[in-house]
Amino acid sequence: MAQMMYRDAVVTTIAEEMERDPNVVVLGEDVVGGMGTAGGPEAIGGIWSTSTGLYGKFGKDRVIDTPISESAIMGAAAGLALAGKRPIAELMFADFIGVSLDQIWNQLAKFRYMFGGKTKCPAVIRMAYGAGYNAAAQHSQSVHQILTGMPGLKVVMPSTPADVKGLLRTAIRDDDPVIFLEHKALYGMSGDVPEGDYSIPFGHARLTRAGQDVTIVSSGLLLGFCEAVADKLAAEGIGCDVIDPRTTSPLDEEAILDSVEVTGRLVVVDEAPPRCGLAADICALVADKAFSSLKAPPQAVTPPHTPIPFARELETAYLPSTDKIEAAVRKVLGWR
Amino acid sequence: MQLSRDALLRAYRQMKVIREFEERLHTEIQTGEIAGFTHLYCGQEAVAVGVCEHLSNDDKIVSTHRGHGHCLAKGCDVNGMMAEIWGSREGLCKGKGGSMHIADIDQGMLGANGIVGAGAPIAVGAALAAKLNGEGKVSIAFSGDGACNQGTTFEAMNLAVVTQAPCIFVFENNHYSEHTGVDYAVGTARDIASRAEAFGMKVWRGDGTDFFSVHDTMREVLEYVRAGNGPAAVEFDTERFFGHFEGDPQRYRGPGELDRIRETRDCLKIFRASVTGAKLLDHADLDALDAEVLKAIDDAVDKARAADRPTPEDVLADVYIAY
Repeated sequence: MAQMMYRDAVVTTIAEEMERDPNVVVLGEDVVGGMGTAGGPEAIGGIWSTSTGLYGKFGKDRVIDTPISESAIMGAAAGLALAGKRPIAELMFADFIGVSLDQIWNQLAKFRYMFGGKTKCPAVIRMAYGAGYNAAAQHSQSVHQILTGMPGLKVVMPSTPADVKGLLRTAIRDDDPVIFLEHKALYGMSGDVPEGDYSIPFGHARLTRAGQDVTIVSSGLLLGFCEAVADKLAAEGIGCDVIDPRTTSPLDEEAILDSVEVTGRLVVVDEAPPRCGLAADICALVADKAFSSLKAPPQAVTPPHTPIPFARELETAYLPSTDKIEAAVRKVLGWR
Repeated sequence: MQLSRDALLRAYRQMKVIREFEERLHTEIQTGEIAGFTHLYCGQEAVAVGVCEHLSNDDKIVSTHRGHGHCLAKGCDVNGMMAEIWGSREGLCKGKGGSMHIADIDQGMLGANGIVGAGAPIAVGAALAAKLNGEGKVSIAFSGDGACNQGTTFEAMNLAVVTQAPCIFVFENNHYSEHTGVDYAVGTARDIASRAEAFGMKVWRGDGTDFFSVHDTMREVLEYVRAGNGPAAVEFDTERFFGHFEGDPQRYRGPGELDRIRETRDCLKIFRASVTGAKLLDHADLDALDAEVLKAIDDAVDKARAADRPTPEDVLADVYIAY
């Protein structure tokens, strides 16, 4: 085990995989940084410091610094993948899928199926998502709800440095296109990371707290909020299973259903808007497949159906808080 | 450069296969047997063949929604393509793609594409892969005068210049983006190459109705790009003989326009006149190929009609490799 920050787990894993496989290439805006400036290459090294040092080690043909052209970045990733490479493309902010979605949705996600299964498309699209930086409506969004609904993509949401390493390694070695969502408020999070060739298969949730009374499902920044609520309630003798799905496509349905069969109560906490989202999806799953186990209606704790506001007070009010999560847990506990 | 007799026969046959493939589809589609949308390449054959005759399987192409010609020119199997358009599970894409999404990765054909302008960035990616491999291979982005107005095409051209990717942007100007004239929709009117030039790459122009113009131009372009000089672009002026899609009433055409372009701008007629005039081939050689191609297309249609249909279970296959 080594102590490592979430962002360092990203760059370390990429470097290890680039070392192992010469077909792995990185591309994106400022992934080198400083190109064409007096400061020179690596004057920045990626705005999230998730590609620092790669250029010096692997050179310009494998660490491709691109202009601000998100469609071209995603399209180039698609072309690299079809031509036998394993691109890791960085979308600086997840919100920028808006200008590049065709290449993700109509191209990368469709190639294998549309071409009759005769090609693989091993591209990883990394993107920083989530609120917590007061970056307002166009730089704070959680986009997994949009991408999880697209057949052909796999969607990964690591919540700890260890999961970054294990899941990113799996993503890079996967032969299907993978969306890798990094929560920007977690980049500075430190944690134990297994050393060596550590990987985590997709579709396997992680139980972060164990209890008999309520099942809480969450990931990303809000997972920590849920764990804090679970720890507080544990002191009162209330036990919560806290489940981090880790990947939303594929989704570990079994882990969620098994837990609800014991607890009979479900709270899903998600950072995306409420309509047609992951929280609604998991509540529907449980209503459909674990109905007879339920002792209370499943609860979704999400932001409201609004764009993300700027001011500190407003962003705080927008996001699910520990108070809101605790209230939802107490609501299912006190049902009838 | 003088082509060998075999090369001339092969080029003619390739163009003729595309022509008869498309003419036959035009007839068959009217019976209602073929599902979906079909966009025919008829009239532009000299471009696809003049470009692809220079390429190996390790060179990649990315095509458009009007992609049958590029597929055939790059080596996709006629029977597999016909079966695909018929929606058979014996089709090149097992009936999952259809006319607009035919691909054959082994032949370096990275897909026709239903989204106008989507192909250019993909071609740049394939070119970056070629650059990394360092074997002098290239990638070709076929685009029309419609796709030349998409931002994706602009982004792709700039990215190719910035990264010095061995990508060739081939613009086929057939004067119509769907149902709108190039004089209206392209701000630089009948000049797309100057746009590419403004992005910082060397450009060429050629007559897309003349196989020899295309082939000679592409020899120079490929020599330049394979030598590691970065991307290039070439614009070919050409004609499409059918509508934007099958069923298009083409009310935008001028009086007698279709008859006139069929008469004076038909790349097959121009090729025939040129090679027989120069006594490189005689009419009998070409007539024999015509008959052989017609038979091959008949066979392909018969096979497509008789081919296995997909089953409901096939809906679920090939979404992912592993999930």
